[in-house]
Amino acid sequence: MTIWEDPIKFLNDWLAGILNAVVDFLNLPAGTTNFILNLIGVIIVATFGLLLVIFLTWLERKVAARFQDRFGPNRAGPYGIFQSFADMIKLITKEDITPTGADKISYNIAPLLSVASVILIWAVVPFTATWVGADINVGVLYIAAVGSFGILSVLMAGWSSNNKYALLGAFRAVAQLISYEVPLFLALLIPVLLARSMGINTIVEAQGTWFVVLAPLPFLIFLTSSIAEIGRTPFDLLEAESEIVAGFHIEYTGMKYGMFMAGEFLHAFTISVLTGILFFGGWQGPMVDTYPLLGVVYLMTKAFIVYFIVMWVRSTLPRVRIDHLMAFNWKFLVPLSLVMLIVTALLDKAFEAHSLHTWILLGANVVVALITVQILRVTGRRKEKELETFPKRPVAVPPKEEAPA
Amino acid sequence: MLDNWLFIGIFVLIAAAFPAAPIIINYLIAPRKPNPIKQDTYECGIETVGDTWVQFKVQYYIYALVFLIFDVETVFLYPWAVAFDRLALFAVVEGVIFILILAAGLIYAWRQGVLEWT
Repeated sequence: MTIWEDPIKFLNDWLAGILNAVVDFLNLPAGTTNFILNLIGVIIVATFGLLLVIFLTWLERKVAARFQDRFGPNRAGPYGIFQSFADMIKLITKEDITPTGADKISYNIAPLLSVASVILIWAVVPFTATWVGADINVGVLYIAAVGSFGILSVLMAGWSSNNKYALLGAFRAVAQLISYEVPLFLALLIPVLLARSMGINTIVEAQGTWFVVLAPLPFLIFLTSSIAEIGRTPFDLLEAESEIVAGFHIEYTGMKYGMFMAGEFLHAFTISVLTGILFFGGWQGPMVDTYPLLGVVYLMTKAFIVYFIVMWVRSTLPRVRIDHLMAFNWKFLVPLSLVMLIVTALLDKAFEAHSLHTWILLGANVVVALITVQILRVTGRRKEKELETFPKRPVAVPPKEEAPA
Repeated sequence: MLDNWLFIGIFVLIAAAFPAAPIIINYLIAPRKPNPIKQDTYECGIETVGDTWVQFKVQYYIYALVFLIFDVETVFLYPWAVAFDRLALFAVVEGVIFILILAAGLIYAWRQGVLEWT
């Protein structure tokens, strides 16, 4: 085996050899080598995640600026690439203010939890076929479990700040996030069903044809509810600037605020990576069998394309109203994902070994999409008619003249 | 297998330590000049009236209940999806009936007007 065939394993074995010699020499317990190797792996993955944030903040500002016909950061360094470092230095030297009456413990833990809940997802991301942090057989369940901690951090931050805006933000956040978790989990179930495994790497290996072809509607449901999960425009009710100033992190200053921002950016990228893994074949691509390291390039390319779409949605759509938000989730996304689950399960079982398996599933998705559009049109028209029976605009009624006493 | 859980175990510690580091550095090097006005709760320039920790709308609670039902049911469906290969068509149909019962709950909540945000 040469270094180019599988450099990660090569380096791993090489380090293990050295460490084993050292451990033998010092008479340490047998598991030490394993522990140190795991520790190095963890630090590499976690550092990669956090360094990515610095780049992502710059990218987000640059792309958002171009969407709005501006230049974005362009002073600090070439293309303003050092802007994020400047921001980081500024945040780190800012005074840390805790409002009086805040619940100190949860106030301080919330930012940590916000980042930790996101970065923990990276533990199961398969970068290449062999380079997987932890190839556990309940990967999808792990992602769902860890991702839910983000909601907890939002609630803790909002509740402990002793601020009414923050509390309103936390209420909205919890209502929104737990609601959108339902279609998210249901859409997450469909790649599991198609791959017959919850292991992330098994799901990637099962994607001879990408799951986005077999399940385009669940992909859209997944992406939409994920955007709602990260709380970005059009679903940014938890931090709506024009309504509740900044929502749950209004009282945070300095690096604690920075950590919320870092968590949000990293979360946005993480769901892009997850979309790439679950629906776009992860590390799969041409030539990946000979050079496994190409898998990282493919995965990151797919992730950045999805991330670009997320940014695009953010700069295009306005914020939705809260009753529309809840109705969109419970009356549209949840029923649709239930229907998709039933359709996919039945068809996948009925035509398991059929030669047209892919086409049948794709066709079923198209049919369901067309029926959904038709239902939406009919109900929309009915709503319009209902509205027509009432006066279209509220008419100002002049106040009654009071009878002279 | 156990190795992978060791990895995640270490990851939990590192994931808590990495965001903690900048916050601690911030705490050490940032200036500290507290005064009562600065530490006051932010609210459009005047002092907050009344208690912040108020009672909240019952609507949130109802949504949480509906969420709980759906979430638990979804978790039950995951093993069903994993064992899909070993299931006969009959077992798949049973799973579908399970989902339909779930959908009946959603329709009930819908008809009751629970999903209306007021």
